[in-house]
Amino acid sequence: MERVFGMPEAMKPERTLYCPGCGHGIAHRLVAELVDEFKLREKAIGIAPVGCSVFADKYWNFDVISAAHGRAPAVATGMSRGNPDCFVICYQGDGDLAAIGTAETIHAANRGEHFVTVFINNAIYGMTGGQMAPTTLVGQRSQTCQLGRDPAIMGYPIRVCELVHELPGVAFVARGTVDSPKHVLKTRSYLKKAFEMALGRKGWSLVEIISPCPTNWGMTPLKALEWMRKEMLEFYQLGVFADCEGGQE
Amino acid sequence: MNEKILMKGNEAIGEAAVQAGCQCYFGYPITPQNELTAYMSKRMIEEDRVFIQSESEIAAINMCFGAAAVGVRTMTSSSGPGISLKQEGISYIAGAELPVFYVNVMRGGPGLGNIAPAQSDYFQCTRGGGHGDYRVVVYAPADVQELYDYTMLGFDVADRYRNPSMVAADGILGQMMEPLVLNEYKPPTDLPSKAPWRLGDPATREPLWMTSVHLGEGKLEEHNLRLQAKYDEIAKNEVRFEEIMVDDAEIVMVAYGTSARIARSAMVRARAEGMKVGLLRPITLWPFPDAKILELADRVKNFLVVEMSLGQLVEDVRLAVCGKARVHLHGRTAGGVPEEDAVIAQLKQVRDSKGDEILRNF
Repeated sequence: MERVFGMPEAMKPERTLYCPGCGHGIAHRLVAELVDEFKLREKAIGIAPVGCSVFADKYWNFDVISAAHGRAPAVATGMSRGNPDCFVICYQGDGDLAAIGTAETIHAANRGEHFVTVFINNAIYGMTGGQMAPTTLVGQRSQTCQLGRDPAIMGYPIRVCELVHELPGVAFVARGTVDSPKHVLKTRSYLKKAFEMALGRKGWSLVEIISPCPTNWGMTPLKALEWMRKEMLEFYQLGVFADCEGGQE
Repeated sequence: MNEKILMKGNEAIGEAAVQAGCQCYFGYPITPQNELTAYMSKRMIEEDRVFIQSESEIAAINMCFGAAAVGVRTMTSSSGPGISLKQEGISYIAGAELPVFYVNVMRGGPGLGNIAPAQSDYFQCTRGGGHGDYRVVVYAPADVQELYDYTMLGFDVADRYRNPSMVAADGILGQMMEPLVLNEYKPPTDLPSKAPWRLGDPATREPLWMTSVHLGEGKLEEHNLRLQAKYDEIAKNEVRFEEIMVDDAEIVMVAYGTSARIARSAMVRARAEGMKVGLLRPITLWPFPDAKILELADRVKNFLVVEMSLGQLVEDVRLAVCGKARVHLHGRTAGGVPEEDAVIAQLKQVRDSKGDEILRNF
């Protein structure tokens, strides 16, 4: 009998420690499925960022390195340049990628580094307990914008895909989400494209995943999905922003 | 290969790195080390190796972290302000036990300071600089030949102990031209294989997690004690120094790098005037030759530290003598370079001093 579903070889048979309703588990699994699909388990290196996914090594069944906060694109650059046979997956959250690591992100993109960036945008700092992220929406409350994000004081949320997609080193940029099976499959197709770009040495690619953080949003998992669809997906439009092969949706 | 050629110090470091098999160089412009980055931008690409002018010093050291993690020789270089930025990465590299070689061509500080030669990053070099309990092997060459030779050794030592190592030079050494022999690099035959731990190559092992985070109860202490055992091993094996005319010396100067060259000239002149003066030149600033200094302190009652900083090296010498001798200081700062006449004048003051008097001359 043909096996049509199961634990990817690139996932360890562990229960994740993520909160109920968190998006990391799905994102980890999508990455692992593609590592298997492209037979990359023996050359893949995942970068575990600073944040809740710092322990991604507990779930991914391939080599993982911990980078300092924001430095993952520089570490990824060193690894993929040092050994071009490696396949580097740079997994970062919004604070990591779009606040402390903005320079590393922009310049890795601009150099057209051949690694995949998976960008988890949940509009909040998760592990440190719900502080304002660079992607926190206007009016959204957090530990460090308790009255709601006021752009006059705190600036505006950053749309990363829109910011990077015109850089000439970029091969593929897309934004997906994990709120429904349909969107999970779409996000998987974006990630697959990003993997193909890196394998084909076409340049830098990024897949942003709009992801729920019920705990730090102070919502139930279902309420979090509702809020994410209504508020986040309105500001963060889903779709492909750059595709060097001119692919259409 | 035994022919002498003229070469700038910064370029000699670059050529030594190329010869020693450095596969990845990552740098960011800062004076007075710019010739090194410029040299590598040509040589590394000629050799079909990796050269990146990074977006910042922070990025450069983290690129080194990545390249070292996949098992290739890698380096970066900078001057004090840039090394300050790299300290975060160096701490992570030490914690993850990766071999990375780097160079500080020191300039005046604090802050933006100036671009003149200095040795005022001694604490930064020898005290770790970044956060946490870790050590970096620090070489302090005193001429262009030594810049070349200790760069090669720096790569070997980093690989041997899976630990960062560095060369501490200054603006004079980096900028000046001197004759040197481009000694052939001979890789040690006993360096440990990187195959068991280099990432992206798990054919014969389980997936690895390379990290400096250890959150479990007692895990970080266990890790740090293991690192400490390694540092003890380095301290036992890797101390280097040069002793010049110390056997009959009544005053021993302690100086490294450019300061040691000046101290040496002052010593020759003082000897010609009948003073029994010697020089101990630390070549490794960490591990420090404290055992040698303690041994000398059994007999020598006055040390004069000559440094291009305001009392940094002197602290290590005072720790080493264990109160058995007086340790005087001749310091200059921020581009000031010790002058032979002034050093000789202080040697005479030291000779004529009485009791517990400690002479400090800036």
